[in-house]
Amino acid sequence: MQKEIIISGFGGQGVLFAGQVIAYAAMDSGKQVTWIPSYGPEMRGGTANCTVVIADQEIGSPLVKNPPLVIALNLPSYDKYEPMMQVGGTLVVNQSMVDRGAKRADINTVFVSANEIAEQIGDKKLTNMVAVGALLAALPEVTIETLEEALKAHLPARHQHLLPKNYEALRRGFESAKEQLAVIV
Amino acid sequence: MLKENLVYDRPEGFTDTPTHYCPGCTHGVAHRLVAEVLEEMGVIDKTIGVAPVGCSVFAYNYFDTDFVEAPHGRAPAMATGIKRVMPDRIVFTYQGDGDLASIGMGEIVHAAARGENITVIFINNANFGMTGGQMAPTTLPGMKTSSSVNGRDVEIQGYPIKVSEMLSTLDGVGYCVRRSLHDPKNIRLAKKAIRMAFETQARGLGFSLVELLSTCPTNWGMTPVNSLKFVEEHMMPFYPLGDYKISDAIKQIKI
Amino acid sequence: MPKELWKGNEAIAEAAVRAGLEAYFGYPITPQTEVLEYLSRRMPELGRAFVQAESELGAINMVYGAACTGVRVMSSSSSPGVSLMMEGISYIAGTEVPAVLVNVMRGGPGLGNIAPAQADYNQAVHGGGHGDYQAIVLAPASVQEAIDLTVLSFDLAEKYRSICMVILDGCVGQMMEPAEMPEMKPVHRENWDWNTDAKMGKRERRILSSIYLDPVEEEKMNLRLLNRWRTIEANEVRYKEYFLDDAEIVIIGFGTAGRVALSAVREARAQGIKVGLLRPITVSPFPHKVIDQLAGRVDAFLVTEMNSGQMLEDVRLAVKGRVPVEFYGRMGGVVPFPDEILNEIHRMAKVKLSADVHPRDAWLERMAHV
Repeated sequence: MQKEIIISGFGGQGVLFAGQVIAYAAMDSGKQVTWIPSYGPEMRGGTANCTVVIADQEIGSPLVKNPPLVIALNLPSYDKYEPMMQVGGTLVVNQSMVDRGAKRADINTVFVSANEIAEQIGDKKLTNMVAVGALLAALPEVTIETLEEALKAHLPARHQHLLPKNYEALRRGFESAKEQLAVIV
Repeated sequence: MLKENLVYDRPEGFTDTPTHYCPGCTHGVAHRLVAEVLEEMGVIDKTIGVAPVGCSVFAYNYFDTDFVEAPHGRAPAMATGIKRVMPDRIVFTYQGDGDLASIGMGEIVHAAARGENITVIFINNANFGMTGGQMAPTTLPGMKTSSSVNGRDVEIQGYPIKVSEMLSTLDGVGYCVRRSLHDPKNIRLAKKAIRMAFETQARGLGFSLVELLSTCPTNWGMTPVNSLKFVEEHMMPFYPLGDYKISDAIKQIKI
Repeated sequence: MPKELWKGNEAIAEAAVRAGLEAYFGYPITPQTEVLEYLSRRMPELGRAFVQAESELGAINMVYGAACTGVRVMSSSSSPGVSLMMEGISYIAGTEVPAVLVNVMRGGPGLGNIAPAQADYNQAVHGGGHGDYQAIVLAPASVQEAIDLTVLSFDLAEKYRSICMVILDGCVGQMMEPAEMPEMKPVHRENWDWNTDAKMGKRERRILSSIYLDPVEEEKMNLRLLNRWRTIEANEVRYKEYFLDDAEIVIIGFGTAGRVALSAVREARAQGIKVGLLRPITVSPFPHKVIDQLAGRVDAFLVTEMNSGQMLEDVRLAVKGRVPVEFYGRMGGVVPFPDEILNEIHRMAKVKLSADVHPRDAWLERMAHV
């Protein structure tokens, strides 16, 4: 088993942390995992992305050209990664930030209004967790429970009070994606 | 019975190795003053010296202390490395003006700014001695050297750097003075300053530096006596002797 | 110890602390700055020395000074900064004091960029500083290896009174992976017979210097270093093998290039191609012997690096023209994807390879599309 995930969006959307939470959950499930950011001289703004690879054996390349799993939190990321995706892969798109439908029929595109859901829960910063929840619907190797445990174990103490809202964000994203994937499949 | 009364001997801070310096050069005097001070303070055993690149590159042969030999200009960085892991030792650098004020300007300024608890003996003889008397950052305006054969033209070759004045502006500096080695009285004053510099370090009161106006008879093309006069008549007016910085805590020190 | 998710740079910093690092001197440069930042907090917390130097020149000479006292000392930097440190590296080698230097390599030459590269192989392995000396150079490919090799680097540096470099590319430095830290080793000052930590009433004075004014004495010193290097070559070569038993084509790559190649090798194996991977862990001393042995039984080699073929020349020296050695590299901070290496494997499995053309020239022609 090996799964590669790219998470991409604007700086400040929590792209890197979203990847780390998945990496923690994979590690806690006894999997091999790598997390690698794309980094640039600019510290803020611009697009940020990270790649997470989860496997049962020693991981080779930490980077992937044609990912099977992508979270695109904004339009530039959607435009960039949609054509690069592996056939049959799942692309989670933050519908709140894009104004177009899918161009490819050979992948599963899941639209989640991550901003709106996050705002409904009461914290716009939860956009990334909504999207991560959505991705888990296509990543059975990491269960929503292990991800919740990972959040609990690795969220800094000062953010621990936000755990219930994070859990809600994950589950709302997950449910939204599951419904759509059920229709597609 | 004739009674021997010893009035002059090599200080204990010295080894038995005779120095290689040119006749009339004041490096030997400066070395002796440092050795005497280390002996008087009883710190020979816990001292680590850092030699420079320049005429005093072999300083490590003359002091009876542990010694390391730094790359050109980097002695204050090496001394920083030593002192930071061995804060109870006495660590000093001995540097010429090419080493300290030219290639090593970055290292000396930042060691001073950090307030490293090290002592720097800075020999200013207005030229690069070892390589044959080239212009140094300290070469006087109009002074002839082998690389400023018509005399230093400040319009072209820039102005000399007054190291003590410059470093004394830094907050990390506890003790920074300029002395001269051109006559016995000034040599005695230089020794007191060297003592104060090491006392500054021993008490952890910050960076200490003694700039010593020195001679280079060989490269200046002068007799030893004339070169002493040159220091007095030409260097001292440009590089005034004085206490550029003595922090209040150091002023309280009574020896 | 349980596994934690560690970022390569921070893992190196913590591993050094646990190996008994007493002093760190560094200067900020991307992509290694996390080492400096991490230690700026960690070292004072443990009462150990940390100085952010005025420059890499300052940093390496602080390392040099502290190394002379015999304590465990380290600096870290990235390519342009390491170039500045080469003066100090040569002096450290010439004075025969142990020190550890980490280079998180980035694209170059010059200012280049901050993307992952392996273009400082020659600088690290074949000199860099002036004079006849050799450095032990370790090349981790994962965060766990970065930890283990950092710890090892202190042992090797002390054992051989040598500079020991850990070279990794920005990938390994920036990557997070689950890894296990070693137990905290207490700071321990060895009773060396060479260090200048002051007489302290116990012994005669010592001098540490890289000066040997008499050429005959310098030559003796050069010979001493070389003989020591022979011992290092005999005892310290490390590498990792993958699928070599029945391999007909062997890929050789270190660091990230090596692990990218592993993905390609697995894919090729799944397609029935008998290909294996040799990943040097010490690039200096270089695993000449194992390559020499492989050259006697395999059909061809493919060297893959994130540079223009620097290790390639060392492989060719070991292979001695017996079988074709091909090359595939990416440069300037570009990290190859596994499919690029897989394409090379396919090409090598199909066409008849020639040993007449220099592999770099042949590769350059294939790179014309870039």
